[in-house]
Amino acid sequence: MAVIDIANPTRFLRIVDRVLPWLIAATIVVFAIGLYRALNAPDDYQQGATVKIMFLHVPAAWLGMFGWAVMSVAALGTLVWRHPLADVSGKAAAPIGAAFTFICLVTGSLWGRPTWGTYWVWDARLTSMLVLLLLYLGVLALYWTAEEPGRGARAAAILSLVGAVNLPIIKFSVDWWNTLHQPASVFRIGGSAIDPSLLTPLLIMALAFTLLFVTLHLAVMRNEILRRRVRSMRLMQAQEAHA
Amino acid sequence: MNLGPHADFIVAAYAVTLFVVAALIAWVLLDYSAQRRILGNLEERGVTRRSRRKG
Amino acid sequence: MNSLAAILVRDMRLAVRVGGGAFMGALFFLIVITMTPFAIGPDLALLARIGPAILWLGALLASLLALDRLFATDYDDGSLDLLMMSEVPLELTVAAKALAHWLTTGLPLVVVAPLLGLMLNVDMHALGWLTLTLAAGTPALTFIGLIGAALSVALRRGGLLLAVLVLPLTVPVLIFGVAAANAAIAGPTPFGPAFTILCALSLASLVLGPIAATAALRHGLE
Repeated sequence: MAVIDIANPTRFLRIVDRVLPWLIAATIVVFAIGLYRALNAPDDYQQGATVKIMFLHVPAAWLGMFGWAVMSVAALGTLVWRHPLADVSGKAAAPIGAAFTFICLVTGSLWGRPTWGTYWVWDARLTSMLVLLLLYLGVLALYWTAEEPGRGARAAAILSLVGAVNLPIIKFSVDWWNTLHQPASVFRIGGSAIDPSLLTPLLIMALAFTLLFVTLHLAVMRNEILRRRVRSMRLMQAQEAHA
Repeated sequence: MNLGPHADFIVAAYAVTLFVVAALIAWVLLDYSAQRRILGNLEERGVTRRSRRKG
Repeated sequence: MNSLAAILVRDMRLAVRVGGGAFMGALFFLIVITMTPFAIGPDLALLARIGPAILWLGALLASLLALDRLFATDYDDGSLDLLMMSEVPLELTVAAKALAHWLTTGLPLVVVAPLLGLMLNVDMHALGWLTLTLAAGTPALTFIGLIGAALSVALRRGGLLLAVLVLPLTVPVLIFGVAAANAAIAGPTPFGPAFTILCALSLASLVLGPIAATAALRHGLE
């Protein structure tokens, strides 16, 4: 099914209505397996049981970045290919990606307290994630507060692309800054290599979170399409009242 | 399940994650039912969309 | 090219007039540096140590506050529409406006910086290098800020949105600007690499900024 086939909002809604229950079921099943494996995973020889936080923190980080990638592709769809649902996709991805980035920061902080002694530490990865969250908040402001949805969406699309170009630069500069200011020890979350007994639960949890993202993304897209329908119907109602 | 000396932090991390995910799901569900309700109201009052008009 | 020069001169003239905001940036910079010891205390050793960082933060904030006027006044009186309709590529027009903005807002910051550095007890021999980093880095701040200015004029939103959009994008400039300045004073790392990267960021923003800002204006105001 080519992407262009689901350009029609009504047809898209029908597809979502059919697919969503399956996605929800799959998400629940994979989460059940993942949580079971995660909570029963062995203790890390350095960090003890707190390594269990990694099963939340790392997938959240991946999905925070994945959310921005989705927004960037959607931005290209909006600005370059003019796909009708592209801006809906970008707008839907933003709050979900931001939420996962937030989860990444909070779980990272809670992981840092027993491991490093402080709730917040300006290590390269957490700091980059914080800047990512700030960029998300900017895009959210553009998408969700513009009076006219189309205009806000185009502005947000441009910011998504500018962010996509900038994020590697920001990551590079934060890494550089971090090594400059912390020459002593190297903080590496999870140790230098992840043992298979920890890697498998991690991957299952990553899959679970990804399914959750896709499910929520489609659901938010559906809501946004309905919201725009309401808006155009109200506009038409106001027009008729004048006629 | 022995969560070790830092059990509080592990529990807190899982709790926060659960809370944020639950809040997202709640927002999606509430928004969905709100939009459906409004659309139902509008349709009841006879407001139709352009695509239904043609005919 | 004549039309671009005309835009450049026009923007500069408008900026230096009373109410044009040209030297407000430098004044704000001065005020921020003055307030810093009130917050931190007059310990000269401490001020010297964080001096470059404070100067950079002050320059960043001063640049940010002035960005509002980049497009807002033109939007209000309709000249932005005229500029967008002209035959001159909008990217070049926007770049000319940004250059004018830097010359009237950013450059005064650079000129004033050595004096403010003295107030913060920054090492005298390093003041020159510090000023050089500001000279190399403030164009990046203007041209990156250009993007936020274009996005927010298209949406008719207040200045804080602009700050929220622009500040995360300026993180690399801040990091390398302060690092280069500190390297010149005492740091273990040499001045060269950080300064070179700073220059690279500025040059890249000279290209990326106008392209993104033009896209923002076209898509937002059509």
